[in-house]
Amino acid sequence: MEGRAGKKPSVVRKSARGRRKRSLQQKWWTPYLFVSPSFLIVLFIILLPLLFEFLMSTYDIRLQNMMSLKEVGINLFNFPRIFKNQFIGLGNYKEIITSKVFVSVFLRTVVWTASNVFFHVVIGVWLAVLLNRKLPGKSVFRVLLVLPWAIPEYVAAVTWKGMLNYQFGAINVLLGKLGIPAINWLGNPTNTLIGATLTNIWLGVPFMMLIALGGLQGIPHDLYEAADIDGATGWQKFRHITAPLLKPVMVPAIILGVVWTFNKLSILYILKDGQPSDAVNILVLKMYRDGFDLYRYGYAAALSVVIFVILIVFSLVYLRVNRTSEEGEL
Amino acid sequence: MKGFLRDNYFERNDSTPKIILIYLALIVMTLIAVYPILNILAAALRPDNQMFSTSLAIIPKDASWANFKAAFTQIQLTRWIYNSAFISLLTTVVTLFFSTTAGYAFSRYRFLGRSGGMIVLLVTQMFPATMILLPLNILLTNLDLSDKLWTLVIPYVSTVVPFSIWLLKGYFDTIPVSIEESAYVDGCSTFRTFYTIVVPLSKPALAVASIFAFMGAWSEYIVARVLIHNESLYTLPLGLVTLQGQYNTQWGVYSAAALITVIPVMIIFVVLSKYLVSGLTLGSVKG
Repeated sequence: MEGRAGKKPSVVRKSARGRRKRSLQQKWWTPYLFVSPSFLIVLFIILLPLLFEFLMSTYDIRLQNMMSLKEVGINLFNFPRIFKNQFIGLGNYKEIITSKVFVSVFLRTVVWTASNVFFHVVIGVWLAVLLNRKLPGKSVFRVLLVLPWAIPEYVAAVTWKGMLNYQFGAINVLLGKLGIPAINWLGNPTNTLIGATLTNIWLGVPFMMLIALGGLQGIPHDLYEAADIDGATGWQKFRHITAPLLKPVMVPAIILGVVWTFNKLSILYILKDGQPSDAVNILVLKMYRDGFDLYRYGYAAALSVVIFVILIVFSLVYLRVNRTSEEGEL
Repeated sequence: MKGFLRDNYFERNDSTPKIILIYLALIVMTLIAVYPILNILAAALRPDNQMFSTSLAIIPKDASWANFKAAFTQIQLTRWIYNSAFISLLTTVVTLFFSTTAGYAFSRYRFLGRSGGMIVLLVTQMFPATMILLPLNILLTNLDLSDKLWTLVIPYVSTVVPFSIWLLKGYFDTIPVSIEESAYVDGCSTFRTFYTIVVPLSKPALAVASIFAFMGAWSEYIVARVLIHNESLYTLPLGLVTLQGQYNTQWGVYSAAALITVIPVMIIFVVLSKYLVSGLTLGSVKG
């Protein structure tokens, strides 16, 4: 037991005040006591349904037999008994992997995620660098720039849908004033995806900006002064001081950003009035439609397992690639 | 003398054209950030007969508060606000309690399963929330917990707790252990040290964690939609979305209600904004 060895404070305490009662600190289970409330709720609400989903993905559960799900109750071991005729093993997975639609939807999801996160990070870091200096009025800018974060996703999506409207939307009106012909944003798949990306970039930049600002404030100022003495240009300073020192902060933020964007259901869903076709679907939308509109629960469950595996593999690889000696545990 | 004054306000290295460019860039980006919000305001202030206009003006001609009045009288807005406020505050309190204790343990103790636990928390962020919806609904129904307002707290807390733990762990790491050591020497118990020393020092991170928890619950739609059927238990997002279906033409009322939804959160952001930067230290300091 690592924990039994205790930490420095308790050692100090013992030697200083030997007569005092042993504090909780010294028991091996103290950390577990601290951690258990949150882990119990995470276990019940996340891991149990997750196992449920894994099980479901190996059965052919559809509209005709979904009512039997209620009989399973909270005991997962009931599954094989109630659905013994529906067990199809990896059948759902096979259907997913071999379908052409999956490949195109998957590639679209990758492009969607990469372009969103790219702009989130680039714009966020850029704004953070602009704000991380002596500048009168910068706190006003900071507050205003963070405001999109305060807007719930569905409100933002509905508003942007209005702004992307062909005839009355603010964006086309503005383009018109600049002499650019109106764009049919919601009419064709590529434009819809661009519109959704604009919406999501607008929503996601503040988070990255704040993370980057927090990171920038941790970079000692004398590094830049030393670089100035050596005659470094602004770009050189960014490349050789700011970027590497910002990396440990941005790596976990980028992983979270990728996961959140990959799974972002609401924006495309609302832009397409809840009827997105396979021409604009991203994986999570396809899963939602298969599950909640077509009631193919087993298939949708398998699809969500696939999403889950993709994201885990991505995160592990990304962490491995970016792991530096110091922040070994993120 | 002039240069001396200038150094008080600006970075020494920033030339005047550069400062102008920086301001220009910030102004443009701020306009982009704020305009869509003002767009909601414009739609809310617009009288019904001007709903479809190509004007970019924020304050429309014949602006009126009629839509705001209608939001409070014609629809159940007060009820939804009450339900959402109840759920969001409860979620925030429970989340803070759970994640401060766990974050503290992860930051201060070395114990078996520590890194495994941190990874489990990260992994929980990786599958789509929609994925657990169906099983969750079945589980909660079978425990006779569905269609109760407070039940919503369970999924809300569990989805935000992993992120809060990471956030708070990162922040606790920045607090020197020596402060706690001296408290132990003076005979403080673990829990007392935690609540009287560590928690007050972590205000920025706690503020950010509260914002996340509150916002998550205040704006969550899909889970609420699946778990809540009784109309008197509707939260704001549920109510607002039905509004769009029912009164297809009443964009004005919808916009007014959406703005009323957004304003409390924006106020929280502005009030807590000084904490936002220092509190978000996501893994920035070596663990």
